[in-house]
Amino acid sequence: MSSVDMIEKAVQSERTSFRQAAKDMDSLTRRPEQRETVGEVRVEDPRVRCNDVNVYYGEKHAVMGVNLDIGRNEVIAMIGPSGCGKSTFLRCLNRMNDTIVGCRVTGQIFMDDQDINASGIDVVPLRAMVGMVFQKPNPFPKSIWENVAFGPRIHGLAHNKAELEEMVVTSLQRAGLWEEVKDRLEQPGTGLSGGQQQRLCIARTIAVGPEVILMDEPCSALDPIATAVIEDLIDELRGHYSIVIVTHSMQQAARVSQRTAYFHLGNLIEVGETTQIFTNPVHKLTEDYITGRFG
Amino acid sequence: MNSQKPTRDGADGMDSRRTIEIVRAGLRRRQAAEKRFRLYGLLAILLGLVFLSVLFVSIVGNGYSAFAQTYVRLPVYFDAAVIDPEGTRDPETLGSADYAGLVKASLREMFPAVTERGERRALYGIISNGAGFELRDRVLGDPALIGTRQDVWLVADDEIDMLVKGRVDRTLPELDRRVKDDQIGWVDRLDAEGRVEKRFNTNFFLAGDSRDPELAGIRGALVGSLYTLLLTLALSFPIGVAAAVYLEEFAPRNRITDLIEVNINNLAAVPSIVFGLLGLAVFINFFGIPRSSPLVGALVLTLLVLPTIIIASRAALKSVPPSIREAALGVGASPMQTVIYHVLPLAMPGMLTGTIIGMAHALGETAPLLMIGMVAFIVSIPAGVFDPATVLPVQIFLWADSPERAFVEKTSAAIAVLLAFLILMNAVAVILRKRFERRW
Ligand SMILES: Nc1ncnc2c1ncn2[C@@H]1O[C@H](COP(=O)(O)OP(=O)(O)O)[C@@H](O)[C@H]1O
Ligand SMILES: [Mg+2]
Repeated sequence: MSSVDMIEKAVQSERTSFRQAAKDMDSLTRRPEQRETVGEVRVEDPRVRCNDVNVYYGEKHAVMGVNLDIGRNEVIAMIGPSGCGKSTFLRCLNRMNDTIVGCRVTGQIFMDDQDINASGIDVVPLRAMVGMVFQKPNPFPKSIWENVAFGPRIHGLAHNKAELEEMVVTSLQRAGLWEEVKDRLEQPGTGLSGGQQQRLCIARTIAVGPEVILMDEPCSALDPIATAVIEDLIDELRGHYSIVIVTHSMQQAARVSQRTAYFHLGNLIEVGETTQIFTNPVHKLTEDYITGRFG
Repeated sequence: MNSQKPTRDGADGMDSRRTIEIVRAGLRRRQAAEKRFRLYGLLAILLGLVFLSVLFVSIVGNGYSAFAQTYVRLPVYFDAAVIDPEGTRDPETLGSADYAGLVKASLREMFPAVTERGERRALYGIISNGAGFELRDRVLGDPALIGTRQDVWLVADDEIDMLVKGRVDRTLPELDRRVKDDQIGWVDRLDAEGRVEKRFNTNFFLAGDSRDPELAGIRGALVGSLYTLLLTLALSFPIGVAAAVYLEEFAPRNRITDLIEVNINNLAAVPSIVFGLLGLAVFINFFGIPRSSPLVGALVLTLLVLPTIIIASRAALKSVPPSIREAALGVGASPMQTVIYHVLPLAMPGMLTGTIIGMAHALGETAPLLMIGMVAFIVSIPAGVFDPATVLPVQIFLWADSPERAFVEKTSAAIAVLLAFLILMNAVAVILRKRFERRW
């Protein structure tokens, strides 16, 4: 048994005991008006650790005091009714909210013991480390090759043409797109189908060699078959990256994620192992949501 | 309501026809309205086309004859006693000889019967004042001509040119026209001898302005326009694009940027002559830039077209989908890299269109250039941006203002050249757009 496995076991048992404790306090924790997060937000050796993250759009308090860890090589799903702040929280993790006028983020987000919100932190290396895949596939209106090569090029990752080629090919292979596009790398990325475009965007993201990948409803613009392909891909990518995926489809969350976080009106209501969240939610709001009572 | 047919349940309960019946009843009127609406559009376009063709027909009709010029073939004796009395073949001497005298001598020889002074002056008037320069250039080019007798095609005077082109009414009483009966007789005789010919008017494209219509050309104005436009482009495109990129991509949204935006929009509506006054006060009087120069013209025109370019460029930047910026920022591109690699290439067609519209505007602009002295009568072709110059529209203005009959056709011809340039620029705009857009 490797040490990693041992840690995992330990975390597992801790989670189980917490769940038990939560169950014991059943009558207390299920009350819908309660807004403290239920479930274990911390993990052993997190890739990202969020402490008391708040986001304001002007006066509007969109994300309220979120504490959450994102583990290594895990897929964590964010679910919740629309407008609850999932995207907003996700965009804190690579500081994409910086680009929105009037958006203010407080609290700490630690990566490698460094608070990414601290003054003097440059977003360029941060975003190289935390890649993002958007809701609508947004390939650059350039060739497939250019799309994937852009990241390595601007960051100076490849020292020569051969290295760049290697990066482009591996990224496309990892994104499961290589077989489909290897003969037409010079053709526009915008000419691909929706699902292919989204995988191209994933290839573009992983070409930079990130450690965390944020996905904001990556399948909401795709048909079921393309969605299934992407879901399989996410499962494979887990071996290399930590993945945070926002999804409005609970089936998708159940299929691809190991942990699930439920947001409600800006609060992180409940975090737990995906199976537990979907079979045995602790909080009343979580239960209402997954049983389809609202959302 | 118990009927099987779906009926329209009117509030008053009166109208219980089926919806389809009501729609059918109104259909004819609706279709008629549709047709009328289309007709209005068609009429508007037709009206525009009519005006346009009237414009073209009148300009081309008036101006096409300016592209030809009447020449008269005269036997000229290159008299060594006149050209080079000492026989030194010194270019200085050759250059300053009385060549006009040679032309006159040749005319006297052709028409020995004309002896009276007034008549002789009329006879000399057949040939342009510029004919002497033509002879001088020939002699300087080939001194061996001296002492020989040659048949030389010489430019006719503008009034004779008009006569040959049929723009002088021979039936008018002599006092009412500028060409005298004697001159008509001489020209007719020369014509009968095959000594009169209309040729392509190279002078029109190769010469600068002149008081003599037959010697006047648009080269000076063309070169002036070229210098002015190139400088305007070199100044206004980078400044306009940089301003637009900064305002659109980098500037914080606050009071100051709002104020700047409002002011740019207002500047686009300021009458152009005001820019001319500004140029006069600032560039000429304060900075001491030479008046009438393409440089000062370009500075004024830059001020004039900057708002247009900035507004068009901002619109082009706004139309770039934000998802492209997000995508670039998402892989860690800096804002500058995002703009340079992705936003600018996508906005370029729109920016180029705006710029070329601005340039076309600048090419046709007259009023502000009058204020900064580009309306001066300038014969020499400008050799640089500091030389006094004029531009095509101002040249048109000057010629349109001249009394000579021959300047009427020159004016129209110059307008035709200006229009040709505008069409060319628009064609370039279309081609550039296509070229840039092909890169999706
Ligand atoms: N750019 C913005 N400006 C102002 N308010 C915003 C902006 N983006 C999102 N919001 C608000 O923040 C809240 C959370 O939005 P979001 O994170 O997009 O929700 P979700 O992704 O969970 O549907 C919503 O109430 C939304 O109206
Ligand atoms: Mg969202």
